[in-house]
Amino acid sequence: MSDTLTVTPPATAPLAPRSDEPMLSVRGVKTFYGNIMALKGVDVDVYKGEIVTLIGSNGAGKSTLMMTIFGQPRPREGTIVYEGRDITKVPTHEIAQLKIAQSPEGRRIFPRMTVFENLQMGAAVDGFAHFDEDLQKVFTLFPRLKERITQRGGTLSGGEQQMLAIGRALMSRPRLLMLDEPSLGLAPLIVRQIFDAIRELNRTEGLTVFLVEQNAFHALKLAHRGYVLVNGLVTLSGQGKELLERPEVRAAYLEGGAH
Amino acid sequence: MAVQTAETAPSAAQAADAGSAVAHAFKDAFVTGLIALGLLGPLIGFETIIIDGALGLGYRPSLLAIMVGIIFAGRLLLNLTIWSPNRRPRTRTGPTVFDRAGVAVGPVVKPALLAFAATFPFIASYTLGGWNESRYLIDLGILILTYVMLGWGLNIVVGLAGLLDLGYVAFYAVGAYTYALLATSAPVNGFFAGLLGETFWANWAFWICLPVAGLFAGLWGMILGFPVLRLRGDYLAIVTLAFGEIIRLVLINWVDFTGGGAGIASIPRATFFGVPFTRDENGFAALFGLEFNPMHRIVFLYFVILALALITAFATVRLRKLPVGRAWEALREDEIACRSLGINTTNVKLSAFATGAMFGGFAGCFFAVRAGFVSPESFTFDVSAMILAIVVLGGMGSQVGVAVAAAVMMGGMEMLRNLGFLKQVFGNDFDPSLYRMLIFGFAMVAIMVWKPRGLVSTRDPTIFLKERKAVSGDLVKEGHG
Repeated sequence: MSDTLTVTPPATAPLAPRSDEPMLSVRGVKTFYGNIMALKGVDVDVYKGEIVTLIGSNGAGKSTLMMTIFGQPRPREGTIVYEGRDITKVPTHEIAQLKIAQSPEGRRIFPRMTVFENLQMGAAVDGFAHFDEDLQKVFTLFPRLKERITQRGGTLSGGEQQMLAIGRALMSRPRLLMLDEPSLGLAPLIVRQIFDAIRELNRTEGLTVFLVEQNAFHALKLAHRGYVLVNGLVTLSGQGKELLERPEVRAAYLEGGAH
Repeated sequence: MAVQTAETAPSAAQAADAGSAVAHAFKDAFVTGLIALGLLGPLIGFETIIIDGALGLGYRPSLLAIMVGIIFAGRLLLNLTIWSPNRRPRTRTGPTVFDRAGVAVGPVVKPALLAFAATFPFIASYTLGGWNESRYLIDLGILILTYVMLGWGLNIVVGLAGLLDLGYVAFYAVGAYTYALLATSAPVNGFFAGLLGETFWANWAFWICLPVAGLFAGLWGMILGFPVLRLRGDYLAIVTLAFGEIIRLVLINWVDFTGGGAGIASIPRATFFGVPFTRDENGFAALFGLEFNPMHRIVFLYFVILALALITAFATVRLRKLPVGRAWEALREDEIACRSLGINTTNVKLSAFATGAMFGGFAGCFFAVRAGFVSPESFTFDVSAMILAIVVLGGMGSQVGVAVAAAVMMGGMEMLRNLGFLKQVFGNDFDPSLYRMLIFGFAMVAIMVWKPRGLVSTRDPTIFLKERKAVSGDLVKEGHG
């Protein structure tokens, strides 16, 4: 974390065991939309086995960071290193082939393809080698998807579509799962189901999760560590529970703050 | 609103409502009739005729009256039925009668159509009493099957991969000219004459050029694909439209190579796998102990195009189940999601363009061998538009729908040439063939109004046939069924 940008003292040791090298390391990334600087030099680290969340208000640049990691758009400055390899200039589809799976904002499932076909698309990267096994795993995690297997994606409810988006991402056997606002527009009960599933995946499989959220309370409770993004800059970072206690986070994101 | 008033109002008021509704319907129809009279009066009421060598004005009051009468009656009928305020709008959104009929006859449609297509020449010849008498029908069958094949080929690009291609005729042209140029080329003929005998090239040119034409068209599909990789929707449509025109203009202007606007004539005919359809003792008839008949070649061509079309359909069905076909469909749905799932969208797009173009090339090669003559006039934008209309009207992505649409469009166009009975309604001066395109346009508008997602809007019927859950195209976004 960059010293100049961090308002808090440096983050304390995370809960999960970590190796020395971060799995994903974002360093000084600046992303532009035309002349507008959306990310103004962001540093984020994700270590193996962690759940890391990135919270922030609308327009802070959360989704931009997520998409920048995937090379769409590409950063104008800075580097992104994944498992020791610089992926800053690697084509998007090749980044996905490095076992980073993404459930993008707005879910982006294939609406006219069936649930089964959607899940098949997720397994394309893995070459369908473990298709049946992974399918059962997804169905155990989200039994609802099994009931809807022959239905078109576009006819599912919002929560089911979110489950499908996460299930599709899991079909590629990712080592790093990136989720963009999985709670968006969903009923609290469904949000809890989905967050429980994420926690379950992290605990049993040791899956590393990078979670972008506006729902700060749930996200920080779930995550080992968190970052707060404001106007394209990381202003706070630390352990999830620690951030939850901080007055500025509470004021801004939890108690109906100015944002 | 209308439902509620109809349900809650007492019956007496309802009767009064009905009475005023009829009066209103008449009034509205009368006003419409007046408008029609005003519009059609100058348009239809007058005609220019030659009187004593000079231009004079004639009057057609009866035709005008008929037209205005049709409009008045039609409007009145609509007012009293579909547009009637007392009519309870249909609130049921479940499967309609047509959907249920579709489920019932669905499984037999494909085998029935296939059986009919396979036996069509024999049925035609039997019912019309001979091969020569059925020539017109079999020729029409060949034309329809050519468009079925082109429709299925374009369906890969438009229906599956969702890339709007308005220049598909370019690949048809590439296929046709590949065969025409290679088959009439003296150096190629000389090369094979020295190697394998004098008549080898004339007899085998089609069968050798068919795959070459497909590969060549596929290559051109890739060449088109590269510059348009970043484009979608309207922009892609414009560039492909331009591509189609470029190919045609090159064919017209590169006179040394393509023969220009005059085209290429006397292209070798199709042979029965090397056996020519000739009268002599080496011909097809003599070999099989039949009496010589020029129709043998036509019937053979019919089966060639039927086989080519079925290969196209079979390949499409198989490809859809393979990862590449799934990727095409996913690309149509969401390009960014595709990329984030690790799919190389560049390769997927190029493969869709190339595969679609390849089948267009096969069809073009067939066109050249059937007609024996190619010229740029055969490859205008009209053909692209017709093929695209077949794909859209048939229901994007639906095989049977495209086949039915091709039969309806091409067959219907021919039928409209023979509407003699209309002369009894409109008088002897009425030439129905002049109204062909008008009726055709009406039919297309009607299909788009009542079946906005095409004739067959359920793209993957196996899904609901097994589960009995009719997930029809109506449940998805308009224009996306």
